[in-house]
Parts: sequence; structure tokens; C-alpha cells
Amino acid sequence: MSAAVQEAGGYNFAYLDEATKRMIRRAILKGLAIPGHQIPFGAREMPLPYGWGTGGIQLTASILGPRDRLKVIDQGADDTTNAVSIRRFFQRVAGVEVTTRTAEATVIQTRHRIPERHLTEGQVLVFQVPMPEPLFRLEPRLTEARRLHALGDYSLAQLRLYEDIARQGETGSSYNHPVMVNGRYLMSPSPIPGYDNPKLHRSAAILLFGAGREKKIYAVPPWTEVRSLDFDDHPFRPMLAAAPCAFCGSRDSYKDEIVSDDRGGRVFVCSDTDHCRENQS
Amino acid sequence: MKPGFHDLVLDAQSCFRAAMEAMARPGRVQEIPPTEGLPNGLEPAAAALLLTLVDADTPLWTDAGEEARGWIAFHCGAPLVRPGEAGFALVTGALPPLSRFRDGSDEAPQDGATVIVQVQDLVPGEGWRLSGPGIETKHRLRVNGLPEGFVASWEARRGTFPRGMDLFLCSGTRLAAMPRTVRIEESV
Repeated sequence: MSAAVQEAGGYNFAYLDEATKRMIRRAILKGLAIPGHQIPFGAREMPLPYGWGTGGIQLTASILGPRDRLKVIDQGADDTTNAVSIRRFFQRVAGVEVTTRTAEATVIQTRHRIPERHLTEGQVLVFQVPMPEPLFRLEPRLTEARRLHALGDYSLAQLRLYEDIARQGETGSSYNHPVMVNGRYLMSPSPIPGYDNPKLHRSAAILLFGAGREKKIYAVPPWTEVRSLDFDDHPFRPMLAAAPCAFCGSRDSYKDEIVSDDRGGRVFVCSDTDHCRENQS
Repeated sequence: MKPGFHDLVLDAQSCFRAAMEAMARPGRVQEIPPTEGLPNGLEPAAAALLLTLVDADTPLWTDAGEEARGWIAFHCGAPLVRPGEAGFALVTGALPPLSRFRDGSDEAPQDGATVIVQVQDLVPGEGWRLSGPGIETKHRLRVNGLPEGFVASWEARRGTFPRGMDLFLCSGTRLAAMPRTVRIEESV
């Protein structure tokens, strides 16, 4: 028996069995070879429900090794339920070191945010994806959506964008705004705020996306061109709260709006807790 | 039977990370820890890739000898098939024309084959100029041991994207990947 198996209290290292890891690893490699294309995979049942990041967890389990240092964030925060449970899970079944500091992490699993700090070459960012298909509100049949991807026919998405702009004067989506990857595949960035979309473009880190319930894996290799879907005369403009962070004073970070008392008072604070801590120290 | 990985779990993990880095940064050469006692004709990097990625779910084609085929059957359990049916291929001799391998379909381009090729030598920093996803500006790589006309046929195939096949080039304990997106310019 592998030493790693014994250490993990009867579980295989990082919980998944080796055959499953091989299957997921093959999907990751094909995902990197075809940037933005969704690869089907046999998602396993995990010890937490679909919708809690099973896709991301399976990716993390398949890449994680004893030399890694793992960071898990949920909406930018290291200390929320989802992030804490997933971090504990991997401490228990893989015995890896964990951290809350973006700069120290080699693998970062994230739900719905990209850290503010620039990611570097040695890092892998794993996204938990609820709905991988960017066309699903426009074309409910998966067979048809697959054909549209094969043809590179994204006129439905363009039309939707046009209608949003015609009705509201701007694109309707402040999060989960679809992107074109390497000029070929339309891809859901997972529900990250539009503010984070530009960070996907030519990132130094490897970006992996896992959707457990929908059983899809996709990837963006480093330095790949990722453009938010827009029009020349209506360029994509991410929204940003006007107020500075109430803790660190940062004006350019992404903020959460928080109710501060029972008289309708509210403040804006950094969504990325590690970034806010760095600013304050 | 000659042995496979010393530690099935952790050796596969570290080999996969090298393979993932290689696929994410085409043309960058990755190093695999040396293995001893491999069957005739199999080198450490190619053997490690097989042990990491290939199993009963992945039909394999190979031109390797009897001993290597027995070793693959024992450690990986992959069914041995003809090139056109293979999800993975292991090439130890001359690389056959790429058109003999599966390139997937427009709807399922991931069905294109992964071809592991043992070459004579991989020299980073000179030779080909590579560009494409995964490469900041240019990566350079000299590959010794590929057939003449490889670059022309590779570039011709690139037009069929997203269909295509992806290569792992292996030499001794070193490996580099060539995903179907990579563009090769031969330097003069």
C-alpha cells in the first residue's frame, strides 16, 4: 500500500481512487489542448452535495500532491463555510499544507472570484462551476448547443447582448459574462463578477474549470487570449463599487456591500479577504 | 515482469503535474525522476506517461516490441488496437503520418489521439519557434528524431482545429508537449 494511502486514514490520497484521477487528468490535458472547449467526464459522488463545488474538488483532488500548498476561497473569502469545509477536507484526506495567503498558494480553489493579487506561473486556479454551458439560457438542448460550439456559431449570444444593450443601454450581466477563448470557443467564466473577467486574459497561471453536476471540465492555458463578449461600439465595461473599502480604503478592489446596522446603514468592504489583510498590514 | 511506479499514487501525481505543465506551456521541457529496469525500448518519461494516463478505458496503439507490450498490458491494462482506433499511441520508432491517428470530430474534438513519441533529443532554447496558447511570446525547442516534413504536415493539420491530435515528445527522463493549438515556425 502506498504510504500516502495509510496517512489519509484509509482513504486514498486526496480521496479519489486512481482510476478516477486518471480519467480526470486525461480530461484536464485535453481541456488545455482545446482551450475553452467543455470535456465531458464521469463526475463521482463526493461527500458533499452537488452545488457545493464537487467539480472543483474533483479537479483539485486530481492535481494535488504532497508538495502543494492549498488555498480555498468562497466569494473571495477564506473564512466562509464552503471554503473552510473544503480546506479541511483536503487537510484530512491529503494532508496537504493550507494557506490563506494568495502569494504562498500553489493551488487555489475558488468559488466565484479571482484573487486580486496577480497570479504567477507556479499557480493553478481551480474554479467551481455551476453551469458550464454559456448558451444554456439561449439554447436548452445540449445536443444543439454542442453543434453551435462545433460550428463556432455564437450569434444567439451576440443577439442576447444586442437586446440587453438596446433595452438597458448596457450589457445585462454584471457576473458570469461570457468570454471568447483564443478567438474560438465561447466559454462561461463561472459566475465571477465582470470585474474579474479581464484577469482571465493572458493569465500567467493555469485556469481549470470543473462542473460536477453537469459533468464537464474545461481549461484555459496560461497567456491565452480571453475576451469578454462585446461590440466595438459597446465595449465590455466591468462594474465597480464607487465607495472605498471600509477596512483598508482600497478603491480598485472588488467590494461586497454589507449591512452594518438595523437602520439601513451599509458599508463596502473588499471581497478578497487576503488582499484586504495585505492592504491593512 | 519489470516494475512500474514505485509509489502508484504519488509517482503518478508528480508525473501528471509535469505532463500538465508541459501541455499548458508547449515546448517547455519537463523532467521526470529516473526509473530503472524498464523493458527494452521504453524510456523513463514515456513509460511514466503511460503509467499515469493509460488504463483499460484507453485503447492504445504502439510500435514497441513484445516485452514493452507485455509490460503495458500488465501495468496499464490498455487494449492494444490499430492506430485509427487508439485514444493513445506510443511511438518508439519512426513517427507514422499523423493522418493515421484519430483527430476527433468538430463536436467532440477531445476524441483526437494523444500521441507519445520517443525522440532522440529535446533541446530547449533553440530550433523551432513555438507560439500559441500557453506561450507568452515565443518558446524555442529543437527536436531531433522526427521525420522530415513533420512541421509542414503539422502546420497543415492546424487548419482543422478544433479537430487534431496532441503530442508528448519524450527523450530519456525529459518530456515536452505539443497541443494541437501550437504553431511551429522553423528557424533558418
